[in-house]
Amino acid sequence: MDNLLRFRDDEAHEEPAVTLDGFLDQSNATAVRLEDGEDARQLLPFLDRLALIEIGFSAFGDGRGYSAARILREHGFDGEIRAQGDVLIDQIAFMRRCGFDSFSPETPLDPGDAEKALARWNHVYQHAADDRQPIWNKRHGQ
Amino acid sequence: MKILTGNDLKTGDVVWWTGYDWSRHVSDAVPVYDNVTDVIAREIAKRAVSDCYTVEAEKTDDGVLPIHIKEKIRATGPTVRPDLKISPPDPAAGNWVI
Amino acid sequence: MYKYDNYDQEMVYTRVAEFRDQVERRIAGKLTEDQFKPLRLMNGLYLQLHAYMLRVAVPYGTLNSEQMRMLAHIARKYDRDYGHFTTRQNIQYNWIKLEDAPDILADLATVEMHAIQTSGNCIRNISSDQYAGAAADELVDPRPYAELLRQWSSFHPEFSFLPRKFKFAVIASDEDRAAMRLHDIGIQMVEQDGAIGARYYAGGGMGRTPMIGPLIRDFVPVADLVSYAEAILRVYNRYGRRDNKYKARIKILVHEMGAEKFIEEVEAEFAHLQGQNIDAPAAELERIKGYFEDPAFETGLSDEIDRSDPDFAVWLDQNVHTHKQPGYAIAVISLKPTGGIPGDASSAQMELMADLAERYSFDECRVTHSQNIVLPHVRKQDLHAIWQKLVEAEFASPNLDLISDIIACPGLDYCSLANARSIPVAQKIAQRFKEIDRQKELGELKLKISGCINACGHHHAGHIGILGVDRKGTENYQLLLGGSGAEDVSLAKITGPGFDEDGIVDAVEKVTDVYVAEREDGERFLDTYRRVGMDRFKEALYG
Ligand code: HEM
Ligand code: SF4
Repeated sequence: MDNLLRFRDDEAHEEPAVTLDGFLDQSNATAVRLEDGEDARQLLPFLDRLALIEIGFSAFGDGRGYSAARILREHGFDGEIRAQGDVLIDQIAFMRRCGFDSFSPETPLDPGDAEKALARWNHVYQHAADDRQPIWNKRHGQ
Repeated sequence: MKILTGNDLKTGDVVWWTGYDWSRHVSDAVPVYDNVTDVIAREIAKRAVSDCYTVEAEKTDDGVLPIHIKEKIRATGPTVRPDLKISPPDPAAGNWVI
Repeated sequence: MYKYDNYDQEMVYTRVAEFRDQVERRIAGKLTEDQFKPLRLMNGLYLQLHAYMLRVAVPYGTLNSEQMRMLAHIARKYDRDYGHFTTRQNIQYNWIKLEDAPDILADLATVEMHAIQTSGNCIRNISSDQYAGAAADELVDPRPYAELLRQWSSFHPEFSFLPRKFKFAVIASDEDRAAMRLHDIGIQMVEQDGAIGARYYAGGGMGRTPMIGPLIRDFVPVADLVSYAEAILRVYNRYGRRDNKYKARIKILVHEMGAEKFIEEVEAEFAHLQGQNIDAPAAELERIKGYFEDPAFETGLSDEIDRSDPDFAVWLDQNVHTHKQPGYAIAVISLKPTGGIPGDASSAQMELMADLAERYSFDECRVTHSQNIVLPHVRKQDLHAIWQKLVEAEFASPNLDLISDIIACPGLDYCSLANARSIPVAQKIAQRFKEIDRQKELGELKLKISGCINACGHHHAGHIGILGVDRKGTENYQLLLGGSGAEDVSLAKITGPGFDEDGIVDAVEKVTDVYVAEREDGERFLDTYRRVGMDRFKEALYG
């Protein structure tokens, strides 16, 4: 896990993530992995039992994982959501906004570059899974 | 015969392989053979071109030109803008321009 | 029109800085072409047949004179002195250098312009009615709603890696001047019980499988405009096909799932999104509307126009449209001179249009989806002066909506995906029908040409459509009849075997001959075609 970039204060979760099918079969695992396109909503009944949900990106252009993470956050999941796979520097700011709070990219990210990428945008236009106020709220004093 | 073409990474210009470098003029292109994959890999790694590939070409009175119309237009410029032509002009293209 | 505040301005500058950094990383070798491509595409930069091509967004097609002058400046300084206005109300430059691209974006940012999301698998620039705010038949100005959606969709974190590109059109009149039903999402602003809301269509599109978007919801209150879009996009992002890029558009999802099931999914997602704070505060829409208020129209102006100059009268009848305000008119500058390149304008022409907009049209002009430029608010008494200036610049083709007002994509002269050239065919057809009397005799006739099946030239929506195909390495053209992108939307059908370049011009002439022979009183080409059917035309073509 040398490549792990984490934005949480708690201890990194050690237990290996099981597949979604595996998890649904014997649901005492505390970490699960969703592949691209697996339905995050299947996990909703178990969110309070899960510490880590890893979402795989087989190719950076496959954006299904962004919706998956956001859905999990919208249902109140506050454990770790990790993006694993083809995760690139120019994507992590969007991923953070969708609720990912750790990254385990196949090709390591330069921590300096990552910091720069995450600090770039002072404002955002729309609501997402983070607590940033959209510009249209700021304009009207919210 | 086959010739090698690509786009210059920084400018986007259409360029042709001359055996040791890239030229904007298709007339400078030289035939390439099976060993061309090494050249492709090297030139992409050097970031001289964004991508490159071989195309079928033939010798004409105007020098070397690709056979397929798309590559011919790439080599010579838009047929509807003779003022923007890259040498050598394709004489047949003139018939199109009104 | 809309003006940036500090937030908007900072977002655009930040994007320029980000892209500059990405270009540097690409040139330094930190990004491969595969990794860089989606990043440059999200900034409108393609690699085309001859060079990089930059597509600059013109949100909802509205420009002021300063912006138009900037477009001229970019053509002159960074390109070869011209640009191409597109069917999605944008402009493309064909000869851009990658190393210049960040500077171009920085120049654009100084006049509140950008190339953000003009390409790539994201929500693209939102198009609208080119006569918005001026047309007599509109319910409200659709652009404030388009602006709200522009903000929401810009740098959307969840929807920047969609299965495929995603295009919105927003209109607010029953006459559809934006091909709304042929968009991934088409919105018509409507009224219900005194309140304004959005009628949502989804799953329309052209490309290789053209489809007319079905109605998804009859009325979405304005307060939910954005969250409803969010719901549709989420359903699409999750379920849209990613195994085959030719089947990845939302139209395929809606079609394969069935509109009913699709609506069910969207409604469920929409219900879930309630209370998630997705929509803008009501004050924001009011703030935006403030920018789209009517300019200071003079009252008491005469509607009289001196028609004694016959050439002027021809232009007047063809290129001038009714305005909602007495004494005013909408004037259209045709970018389709006989034998010219449809949609192209030189920097000098852009400057002339900027001057005219500034002097005569409250500093505003519009790009139309049929690749022309509109002066939306001109006094009728100024029309003659405007026309004279256009005549001097050889820019006064009186051919709006006539057979020579051709939509044509760049085709094989510029586009690396093309099978055949589009522009020379457009030129030859315009030449064949060059007598304006003959064109007027044929009446409204929308001819649209695409150089390949991607349909950027809207051939499916042409009364007459032409599609370039590759037949064993030579250019060949199929003829289609009966399409419409307007409120009577329909998809054109292929007549039969294709033609070579001269053959297709003859074929167009033959079908117009059939029309002239068969038409009944007041019928347009399209009406006659719909009444008499394909066979009569086929007979004339293939005997
Ligand atoms: C020269 C560079 C261009 C390239 C590479 C390009 C590429 C494409 C592709 C691949 C599609 C099909 C998308 C699909 O079916 O999924 C498409 C559709 C389209 N393009 Fe372009 N295009 C180019 C220029 C233009 C221009 C100049 C215009 C406007 C005149 C335009 C407007 C459109 C429109 C309206 C569609 C149809 C949208 C739909 O399928 O619903 N494009 N383009
Ligand atoms: S229709 Fe085809 S040829 Fe024309 S611009 Fe689009 S992709 Fe290129």
